[in-house]
Amino acid sequence: MSAEFDITETLDVKGASCPMPVVKTKSAIDDLADGEVLEVLATDPGSMSDIDGWASGTEGVELVDQEEGNDVYKHYVRKTE
Amino acid sequence: MSTDTPDASTDDTPSRAELAARVDELEDALAEATDEDDSKKMSIIATKGTLDMAYPPLILASTAAAFDYEVTVFHTFWGLDILHEERSKDLKLSSVGNPNMPVPNAVAALPGMDRVTTKMMEKRIADNDTATIEELIETSLDMGVAFQACQMTIDLMDYDEDDFYDGVTVGVGAATALQDMADADIQLLV
Repeated sequence: MSAEFDITETLDVKGASCPMPVVKTKSAIDDLADGEVLEVLATDPGSMSDIDGWASGTEGVELVDQEEGNDVYKHYVRKTE
Repeated sequence: MSTDTPDASTDDTPSRAELAARVDELEDALAEATDEDDSKKMSIIATKGTLDMAYPPLILASTAAAFDYEVTVFHTFWGLDILHEERSKDLKLSSVGNPNMPVPNAVAALPGMDRVTTKMMEKRIADNDTATIEELIETSLDMGVAFQACQMTIDLMDYDEDDFYDGVTVGVGAATALQDMADADIQLLV
């Protein structure tokens, strides 16, 4: 819960492995409005690199923050455009 | 064509209005061309139908769709089984020909061994919460991936159009695949 942004939706992909965290993040972000932030909770360690790579290679999304907690990787993605 | 006199009122000379219209036309064409370049394309040819080889094309296809790529996967020969609704749920892993398998090839060739290695792999997939082939296909279809089933192989294998997942395109051949590859930014043969 770092400051500076409000979380609009939370997507729980704990347990899922590649490619599902990225694929489900994409589907969830499509349902948000511009400026809204999606929180993604994952247990796949590869999601740190994958969601970062996906966000930088995709138009209309911006990775705001990533956190490595107790076995849970948290990603915060803002819909832009 | 114009000779020596730059006479504004000559019939050959385009008027200001004509020039302006031409500029508009070119600007539209340019905008259209640039627009098209914005969306990236990936074209995959899937030729293998073993459980392990079914994953790479589907994982790449769904991921590329998440990147907003236009994705086409052309399935031919054994790759067709990935799109076959019934057979896709029962893809096998070969125990022979892979030196990384825990058993020597002489043992792996014994009857029933493929079933054993397939069960082992299926258990690992379930334990790891790895997506199943069916899940990956349904997800990819939802995300707009175009799955194509090679017509020649459908006939060769004696499959029916209705055997495939809803949304799979049939009645396509090598020329369609080639055209897709020519237009694509990424082309892969799996």
